[in-house]
Amino acid sequence: MSHLRRPAPKELQPTSFAFTPENLEKAKKIIAKYPEGRQQSAVMPLLDLAQRQTEGNWVPTVAMDYIADMLEMPAIRVYEVATFYTMYNLAPVGKNFIQVCTTTPCWLRGSADIVDTCKKELGIGIGETTEDGQFTMIEVECLGACVNAPMMQINDDYYEDLTPETTKAILDSLKKGEMPKAGPQSGRKGCEPMGGPKVLKAFCGCGAAPQGADASEGDA
Amino acid sequence: MLQDKDRIFTNLYGFQDFGLKGAQSRGNWDGTKALIEKGRDWIIDEMKASGMRGRGGAGFPTGLKWSFMPKESDGRPSYLVVNADEGEPGTCKDREIMRNDPHTLVEGCLLASFAMNAHAAYIYIRGEFYHEASNLQRAIDEAYEAGLIGKNACGSGWDFDLYLHLGAGAYICGEETALIESIEGKKGQPRLKPPFPANAGLYGCPTTVNNVESIAAVPTILRRGGSWFSSFGRENNHGTKLFAISGHVEKPCTVEEAMSIPLRELIEKHCGGVRGGWDNLLAVIPGGSSVPLMPKDVCDDVLMDFDGLREVGSGLGTAAVIVMDKSTDIVYAIARLSEFYKHESCGQCTPCREGTGWMMRMMARMVRGEATLDEIDLLWDVTKQVEGHTICALGDAAAWPIQGLIRHFRPEMERRIKEYRARIAA
Repeated sequence: MSHLRRPAPKELQPTSFAFTPENLEKAKKIIAKYPEGRQQSAVMPLLDLAQRQTEGNWVPTVAMDYIADMLEMPAIRVYEVATFYTMYNLAPVGKNFIQVCTTTPCWLRGSADIVDTCKKELGIGIGETTEDGQFTMIEVECLGACVNAPMMQINDDYYEDLTPETTKAILDSLKKGEMPKAGPQSGRKGCEPMGGPKVLKAFCGCGAAPQGADASEGDA
Repeated sequence: MLQDKDRIFTNLYGFQDFGLKGAQSRGNWDGTKALIEKGRDWIIDEMKASGMRGRGGAGFPTGLKWSFMPKESDGRPSYLVVNADEGEPGTCKDREIMRNDPHTLVEGCLLASFAMNAHAAYIYIRGEFYHEASNLQRAIDEAYEAGLIGKNACGSGWDFDLYLHLGAGAYICGEETALIESIEGKKGQPRLKPPFPANAGLYGCPTTVNNVESIAAVPTILRRGGSWFSSFGRENNHGTKLFAISGHVEKPCTVEEAMSIPLRELIEKHCGGVRGGWDNLLAVIPGGSSVPLMPKDVCDDVLMDFDGLREVGSGLGTAAVIVMDKSTDIVYAIARLSEFYKHESCGQCTPCREGTGWMMRMMARMVRGEATLDEIDLLWDVTKQVEGHTICALGDAAAWPIQGLIRHFRPEMERRIKEYRARIAA
């Protein structure tokens, strides 16, 4: 699982970086969240901002240097952070960055089939990017949506309660440039049991729970 | 079964508006000023009386933890830090609070911070929870606009600022001192204790780190009284609790229940039972990946609380129940967790950095049976070399699942080894 986290080779690294005016405003607001003299605290949100700004959804070394200057901290301290936290991509990734969770709770519900479906439909292996630059797929550790397993994250969105069929449908619609609906693909809203909530029905609207779904109230 | 009127997180399933209006219609932000006016000691005493034990896994009494904070400032500010770095495999409860009931957390932050003399709090949320963070940020913005937090919060005269800080994919930041390091803009590597955060935490100032669920329950506990909360669950294990049940049940879900509910009742009432029926159960990991598994015979009548699970050699942890039926390759299920801990070790302490790799590689061979019988004892020995020999509990967490496996499924491991040896001998 563990992989070396090193910056991309020189040929991929751009030679300059600066925040756009809008992002510069955002950066100032972020820095203001922390006490005076503690601006180093902003390094993680600024790395995220840099990643979102960079074509290919990654953090070039020059952006790390730029942030180091902005926060008046040694560049090595920024490199340390950028290489420690796995959400910072150190090389460009595809437009659709697919992270399939394969930790035990997802594996128990069939995450291996989801990985296989992605491989087959995209024609790439784990850690690879399609030739057109549209898709990168990696395996990740627990994303904290275990009662909606198996699941994957694509860019900022969670796709949950997956089957090979729904996974294929999501990939197909992404290939067409569409934005598939995020969340559980099974018809449920969130973390309630399939078929509708068994508790808190009054808080879930009368239409939410099918009649007779509750077998538990009487015998409690 | 717990009744809806006693559930704290009534919008757990997100069918209602998570925003301020919806929250107020559910009773949040009701009389907050009056709660503050009752004073710091009253709040801490109520929390002590409630019997609340921290919901992040360790189960330390919340009121007691708060009482460790300095009563008077020595010039340094105090901080509340909320641990929303939910990442323990199996655990997905704080996520539901933050995306569906975020105002419970915002109000809880105000009350807890006031009780600990903190004018500022940081919520550290895992970076993958992008939408959860958006909802929570909206709740924070709404609370500022309505004057519920900020200067003179709720008209109480108390100034309070609340900030959200996003992580970036490191399980170890769920450890409280690693989390503090991370907010300070460093690698998330745990600190040696002492000094404990209550003395020197964030920016070297007195700090308390609490789990989301612990803090989000505070407003309801204070409104209804500590004795209401303590009326649920057994002695020393009080309150209501969010349980997330995943794996081989018919209908996985997250649900708020009373502490000390029997495991079997939890699974059968809320999740439609074990896939293929109760007798098809193989084992359960009852509290997130770090706690040892329990074979079926233990599951039959175990109670879901801190003491009940400790007595059977496991733990309540985050109350993330991972259910495995008889179709499960139990050795792989644990080996996959060993991969997880290898991936998430921060690399600071040698026994963990090296040991998690050892354990992962040995477990990979155990899955295939490519080992000798005495290597099971060697593996056990490696887990003991890691356990208790590291700065933080990640080393222990990596060791315990394997120990649970060896304790309860040694015959299965031996069977694989014997079959493998017979195969290569042939």
